[in-house]
Amino acid sequence: MSCGNEPLLSVENLKVFFHSDGTVSRAVDGVSYEVKEGETVCLVGESGCGKTVSVLAILGLVPQPPGEIPGGEILFKGRSLLELNEEALQEIRGKEISMIFQEPMTSLNPVFTIGDQIEEAITTHEAVERAEAQRRTIELLADVGIASPEERMKDYPHNLSGGQRQRVMIAMALACEPDLVIADEPTTALDVTIQDQILHLFRELKKKRQMALLYITHNLGVVAEIADRIYVMYAGIIAEVGNVEQVFRNPNHPYTMGLLASLPSRVRKGQPLYSIPGAVPDPAYKPQGCPFNPRCPYVNEICRREFPEMCDFGDHHFARCPIIFQERKNL
Amino acid sequence: MLAFIGRSAIQKIVTLFFVSIISFLIVHLAPGEPSQIDPLNPKFTQEVLERFRKEFHLDKPLHIQYLYYYRDLLTGKSVSWKDNRPVLKKIYERFKNSLWLFILGTLITWTLSFPVGIHAAIRRGGLYDRSTTFLAYLLISIPGFFFAYMLIIFVVTHFHVPVIGMETFGISSTGWYWFMDRMWHLLLPSILGAAGGIAVLSRYVRNQMLEVESQDYVRTAKAKGLSPDKVHYKHALRNALLPFVTMFGLILPGLIGGSVIIESIFSWPGMGRMAYEAILARNYPVILAVNFISAILVLVGTFISDLLYMVVDPRIRL
Amino acid sequence: MIVMNQNSKPSPAEGGVLEAPKRTLFQENWNLFRKNRLAMAGLVIFVIFFIIAVGGFFLTYGRSPVFDPALVRLQEKLRPPLSKPNLETLKPEELPRLGIYLFGTDDLGRDIFSRMLQGAWVSLTVGFIAVGIAVVIGVFLGGIAGYYGSSQIPLGHLLACLLLGGGVIAIVAGRTAMGISLILFGGATAALLIRVGYAEGKRPIPKALSVLFFNLFSVDVLITGLIDIMLCFPVFFLILTVVALIPSKIHYIMIVIGLTSWMGSARFIRAEFLSLREQDFVTAAKALGVSDWRIIFRHMVPNAMSPVLVSATIGIASAILIEAGLSFLGFGDASYATWGNILSSGKDFLFDAPWLTFVPGFAVLIVVLAFNLFGEGLRDVLNPKLKERH
Repeated sequence: MSCGNEPLLSVENLKVFFHSDGTVSRAVDGVSYEVKEGETVCLVGESGCGKTVSVLAILGLVPQPPGEIPGGEILFKGRSLLELNEEALQEIRGKEISMIFQEPMTSLNPVFTIGDQIEEAITTHEAVERAEAQRRTIELLADVGIASPEERMKDYPHNLSGGQRQRVMIAMALACEPDLVIADEPTTALDVTIQDQILHLFRELKKKRQMALLYITHNLGVVAEIADRIYVMYAGIIAEVGNVEQVFRNPNHPYTMGLLASLPSRVRKGQPLYSIPGAVPDPAYKPQGCPFNPRCPYVNEICRREFPEMCDFGDHHFARCPIIFQERKNL
Repeated sequence: MLAFIGRSAIQKIVTLFFVSIISFLIVHLAPGEPSQIDPLNPKFTQEVLERFRKEFHLDKPLHIQYLYYYRDLLTGKSVSWKDNRPVLKKIYERFKNSLWLFILGTLITWTLSFPVGIHAAIRRGGLYDRSTTFLAYLLISIPGFFFAYMLIIFVVTHFHVPVIGMETFGISSTGWYWFMDRMWHLLLPSILGAAGGIAVLSRYVRNQMLEVESQDYVRTAKAKGLSPDKVHYKHALRNALLPFVTMFGLILPGLIGGSVIIESIFSWPGMGRMAYEAILARNYPVILAVNFISAILVLVGTFISDLLYMVVDPRIRL
Repeated sequence: MIVMNQNSKPSPAEGGVLEAPKRTLFQENWNLFRKNRLAMAGLVIFVIFFIIAVGGFFLTYGRSPVFDPALVRLQEKLRPPLSKPNLETLKPEELPRLGIYLFGTDDLGRDIFSRMLQGAWVSLTVGFIAVGIAVVIGVFLGGIAGYYGSSQIPLGHLLACLLLGGGVIAIVAGRTAMGISLILFGGATAALLIRVGYAEGKRPIPKALSVLFFNLFSVDVLITGLIDIMLCFPVFFLILTVVALIPSKIHYIMIVIGLTSWMGSARFIRAEFLSLREQDFVTAAKALGVSDWRIIFRHMVPNAMSPVLVSATIGIASAILIEAGLSFLGFGDASYATWGNILSSGKDFLFDAPWLTFVPGFAVLIVVLAFNLFGEGLRDVLNPKLKERH
């Protein structure tokens, strides 16, 4: 891991709220993370915890209204993305940062051939001849493991399987060789075997190309396989940060501990699977203090009153839980 | 593909057959007889009535009458009871007059509805969207005849042009003046005919566009870095347009429907008014012929739209 | 009490769990609906119209009503709105109740205000009864097509139904002898079918009769075919034809409008039923041995009603428009004042007495607009897809 160099992307204290029916949903409530060049970073959390919204904000794709970004900063290569106008953002989207979405079945336009859609990504950002764009499209399709790409590129999305469509989405995202690829649960909608192939593809591509990957998932198995660094999100905030070793072996936030405890494992064979009591709070009615306090086994009075600080456990391992921090220090 | 065409052709012919039976039954089983339209008319003596009945097979059982009638209609021999002229010829004459209204009305409808609907969808919730929405509801809700009178009052008092009929009575000049006169007469009924269509179609375009704009592939297009114009007009519009291609087939029935009310207000000698007069005079051959032809147009229209849908949507291959 | 308090969970006031307020489905829908200002305006106008129409019925009903819509005062014809009656030429009982002609008078000197009141009641009943008929037919046929769609109809059943139905139609149309013979034939066929049907299983169906049990087509084909046939008719033209041929009574007009506008609800219900039938809660109900009727009416109809509710609201609007159009063309029931025939009587005095056109015209416009806005508001609220977008 290359520490010390300037981060490619850094998100500082980002807030994204949604207004509806007189209530405010604090979907992302002060989130900070960074991605360094060539690094693979994972955002982990249950559905509804604000992972997707926080990355949509990076590309300026949060629909406003009902969305609102009341605070925070997003720096990409030193430029503040939140202050850019629409035209400047268009320059960045697809060219420097590209995104792969969760639903391959519906994320491709059904009335254009996949070849057209990939070519479009190239010609939008680069002044190249049609023939050149086609040649590169074929190359890209081959790179993402689509057999006989010359014929496939004339297909419409409905001719392809889910896994193939996700490969096409990946090819489209890679079309302009972006510095950062954001993948929003790219394997969730796919069969387990296909999931594995896609993950494998990501690792292959990472080896070949100079690109950073911001990977969003709720699947801890996936995280363990590919992540350099992990951000665990809960109810719109970052709960814990660290590398795979730190987070998996030595979790320092009760939420992370709960998540890991609820993984099926061979060690506790025969015992009922653990599950975190309670449910994720409604983002419009979050509890006071630590948002995890109603479900936390370590909860005390301070947790119900005060929003917890991010605590440094050393060696770039952080968790937002002063209680555990005290406990560890006292040991 | 061929199988689809064959299957749907058979289905449509069966439907048409039942339509012909039902409309025949409605007309013939209703109380009263055509010969009784004017019982006080001294010309209708008993002998005349008998001859009339015989001539038009009214003395035969219903199913025989049915066969006679549709045989005559299909061979073009069916004649109007009122003036003994062939029905199809009569319809064709009136059809030519209605055609102008239809063409201009359809043009107005389609050229206005799409830009209005698309812009309203793109600026959802804005002033433009809200005002066009309200306007659309207004146009859907206004009774055609009331709207017609308001327009007539407005045009007559402000522009001092006569608007009733197809052209000013006794006009003899030709060239530019004649053309403008025709256009003035054509304009109001066409606008009226188009008003409801614009309202319905523009709302439909708007909803369709909104539906498509919320799809994942539109987000993909944005994430690719396309300009808003390309996102809206290429990726979204192309998908939103799919259902409208099919509507090209569905405007066909409008060809014959005409509007009874508008044509009678404007004394327009078109299909609608002919049908209205036929109903008043219980002129069964004309009523049935209009019904039959419009049923054919509906069926042909749906058939064309099915075909168009297959051509346009790459997902449908039969 | 105190002991219980110590064991209870921390209340929100103590900084514990803050929960989303619990709301019923109705409250949630109502809150959504209330935000749609146009739809709310529609609802308010609808309520006002309803009150006026019911009031109008009582005020114009009977032998000597409070407001007499049919009272002719030839000496007072075409008086503009708000004009005072001519006290010298009128008998005391002929004076308008309000002291003035609020909306003017028509060419026979009848008070337009009274006529509008009666017309409101007519419009309301036409709208509701016509749509009521259409919804009942639509839900019934659509429900059968959606639920029993795949069962086959044997030739014999169809034959019996056709004979019986044809007989009834013939009798209604005045051909009694033909009708009775058709009904007798139909009854005989039905009896035969029932006899043979009961014997089925005990002994095989006789060869000669097996043709009666030949499966023709499915219920769904029959009903969608019927819908297709009905959609082939130009609706207004069809209504016009029928109304012109039968005696022009307001009840007939309602029935005819109802009979020609059920296709929309039938299609909605059929589509909803087709998808509901496949859902787990219906399978679960079946597994519990719940009867078909109970499944349809307790489990499926409530779930399928929302599109029908919307189309019914909008259907009322179009029924009112159709009735007005019919009256305008002179096919209305002349024994009642309706908004359409007030307008129709005004067309000859367009420039001399524009109030005859504008008063009923705006009344129809406002009421129809209210129903349309209300219906569209309902559609937005009841559409789960749109709800997610909020």
